[in-house]
Amino acid sequence: MENLINIGIRSVFIDNMIFAYFLGMCSFLAISKKVKTAIGLGVAVIFVIGITVPINWLIQNYVLVPGALAWLGDDFKNIDLGFLQFIVFISVIAAITQLTEMAVEKFSPALYGTLGIFLPLIAVNCSVLGAALFMVGRPYNLAEATVFGIGSGTGWMLAIVALAGVREKMKYSNVPAPLRGLGITFILVGLMSLGFLSFLGFSI
Amino acid sequence: MSAETAEVEVVEKKSEPLFSKKNKKLLTNPLDIDNPITVQILGVCSALAVTTQMKPAFVMSLGLTIVTASSNVVISFMRNSIPSRIRIIVQLAVVSLWVILVDQILKAYVYDVSKQLSVFVGLIITNCIVMGRLEAFAMGNKPWPSFLDGIGNGLGYGLILMMVAFVRELFGAGSVFGFKVFDAIGVHYTGNGLLLLPAGACILVGIVIWVQRTLNGHRESH
Repeated sequence: MENLINIGIRSVFIDNMIFAYFLGMCSFLAISKKVKTAIGLGVAVIFVIGITVPINWLIQNYVLVPGALAWLGDDFKNIDLGFLQFIVFISVIAAITQLTEMAVEKFSPALYGTLGIFLPLIAVNCSVLGAALFMVGRPYNLAEATVFGIGSGTGWMLAIVALAGVREKMKYSNVPAPLRGLGITFILVGLMSLGFLSFLGFSI
Repeated sequence: MSAETAEVEVVEKKSEPLFSKKNKKLLTNPLDIDNPITVQILGVCSALAVTTQMKPAFVMSLGLTIVTASSNVVISFMRNSIPSRIRIIVQLAVVSLWVILVDQILKAYVYDVSKQLSVFVGLIITNCIVMGRLEAFAMGNKPWPSFLDGIGNGLGYGLILMMVAFVRELFGAGSVFGFKVFDAIGVHYTGNGLLLLPAGACILVGIVIWVQRTLNGHRESH
């Protein structure tokens, strides 16, 4: 249990998807002008990462790694499907995103109205594929992978909501004209990332 | 990938020469006024993450240019037969095919760089430049202009990457392409750790954007 909490805290604060790895920056910069939409997108990202990481964990460990197909019989013991990793992962992500979109549309039209246009964009959010690839590189079991997925999503949401909050206030400040918009946002993200460094070494 | 990229820019082409003025524009525009990173906000993730040293940054830009150009060509050939409902999955499949090829080649010939880039080679699949150019250009244009567009955007991306990586490696670690510059001219230099942190990359890209927009006059309202 303690281990799970530690992984959760690590993935939210220390290994934050945005401030430590810069994953999912495109939508992070494009959709962080208002807090409300930022929250909507953040929730959708948590949902998709939280589902795809465990699914990809199962696929990785029971289909893709060398010898993983042993449960099919002795003939399959020596098969290594590792080279298919990218294409399988991205297909799972695209499919889950599509399914999520359909499910949300059917069961909660109100939420769909808020998230609508952002849902399909999550398929190409680097943080989702990034989380799956990081998960492969670390020796997690299924429960740990799930916690890691949800934690990464939460960290991403925390970052985008925080940035949106600052950008809303930024309207009232006098920024040099060429720096306005994207330029100052980058510098802002840099400073926020420095702030997040203070979580380094934080554990229970 | 922002929602605005969904509009398709169409370049009319009636048996013009291979390097007509319009086609040259496709190649040179992304270097400055239409730069993928600083103007279109595409492909930012990897630009920040792989630029601590020049060698991985160079390999990354090379890989991205190849993937963008070749998937642009493939999608452009298929553009009339892709049903629009499933186009994202089709695009992802084509892109991941090229990324797998690039990844295997990197692993075979430059294993150490491939290790350094770790997940970022795989992340070319979701690199917004590739998807963004497929959506915005290759879906509506013939193969040859699409190819040039891919090369142009890859180079524009590479340009920013190399600039950022140059400053970060030179002042962060005191070397260029792994060659210790300061040691060679006999000056003692203590690396500036801030530039090697993720935060340094962000601030540096912000400054690059500032300089570029001061020079070319591009402005953005809030």
